[in-house]
Amino acid sequence: MLDSHIIVNLVYLVAAVMFIFGLKMLAHPRTAVRGNMISSIAMLIAVVVTAYLVFADGNATWAGWLLIGIGLTIGGAIGVFLAVKVEMTQMPQLVALFNGLGGGASVFVASAELLGLTDAEATPDVMLAIGISGLIGTVTFWGSLVAFGKLQEIDLFEKPLPIPAPQAFNAVLGVVLLVLVAIMATTGMGWPFLLIILCATALGFTLVMPIGGADMPVVIALLNSYSGLAAAATGFVIDNNVLIISGSLVGASGIILTQIMCKAMNRSLVNVLFGTMQPGGGPAGSDD
Amino acid sequence: PKYTKWTALVASITIFVLAIFIGFEIITKVPPTLHTPLMSGSNAISGISIVGALLSTALGANWFASLLGLLAIIMATVNVVGGYMVTHRMLSMFQKR
Repeated sequence: MLDSHIIVNLVYLVAAVMFIFGLKMLAHPRTAVRGNMISSIAMLIAVVVTAYLVFADGNATWAGWLLIGIGLTIGGAIGVFLAVKVEMTQMPQLVALFNGLGGGASVFVASAELLGLTDAEATPDVMLAIGISGLIGTVTFWGSLVAFGKLQEIDLFEKPLPIPAPQAFNAVLGVVLLVLVAIMATTGMGWPFLLIILCATALGFTLVMPIGGADMPVVIALLNSYSGLAAAATGFVIDNNVLIISGSLVGASGIILTQIMCKAMNRSLVNVLFGTMQPGGGPAGSDD
Repeated sequence: PKYTKWTALVASITIFVLAIFIGFEIITKVPPTLHTPLMSGSNAISGISIVGALLSTALGANWFASLLGLLAIIMATVNVVGGYMVTHRMLSMFQKR
């Protein structure tokens, strides 16, 4: 009756509930520290129980476990190093960098899944989820890197784009991306995925490049929401509830936070979404 | 009743939509000092793709899939570990004031 998948999914549910409580507590001054703790413990639980799932599945090779060990060690070391070493004034760009990596991770998971799909498994829903995950994840990755570069005041990211009509260009890119995702979903073919990555890379740049440095916190909040949606899409790819719940939680609450930050800075969310913010330093609000 | 792949998909979509609504409701008033920590903390949660990364690394279809999984683990772990630690650092700074 109680096979490993059922146990794991019940534990995932516990983790998801802890994420919800953690996020809610994080929004209030008195409970914020505890909220972050609860959320981090939930993440640990999710990771441990996933390792148990791999163990119970029994198909993992020693090389697979080795790769997991290597990945967690390298990633953990880099994460700790950055979190401890970076100066307080550089926090926003660090968040942008972390956010980009999260989006990138979703893309790689979707890619790995795409590689392993048989023709019978390439059903419209799975292919749609892979396409969307690749699309949103890539935009998040490059968009966040541009945000990082702008806040770090790297010259390359300060220059205007050599595109005559960025709005029209973005619209065309967007349509092309949707068509590519549709082709993947309807035909079950994998090759459009590479083009999606390519076009989404361009879109990540063209969406964030024209936006001024003063508006970056709002942009990062929005990209944070995107990385949540990318994780949720990945959840549909691998049919995993904890990814779907946590991802959509971050996706939705991220939009609300973006809106709150916009209000604090006297901006409108519509202008952020369509990238029509005034370039350069606008009036900074009560934020920061 | 006959359970198919589509039954599971509808269940997943149901979970997705309900979680979206929770996400919309969960955040209401946030004091400006908590904007950045909240962004950072929820960003760490989006590193949940680490779960997918672990699965596709260990159970990947071939060595290339496992390699992509490894890259995903590294990126997601930086996101998760760094994200939570930085959030904690920001919050403890506010508490000292």
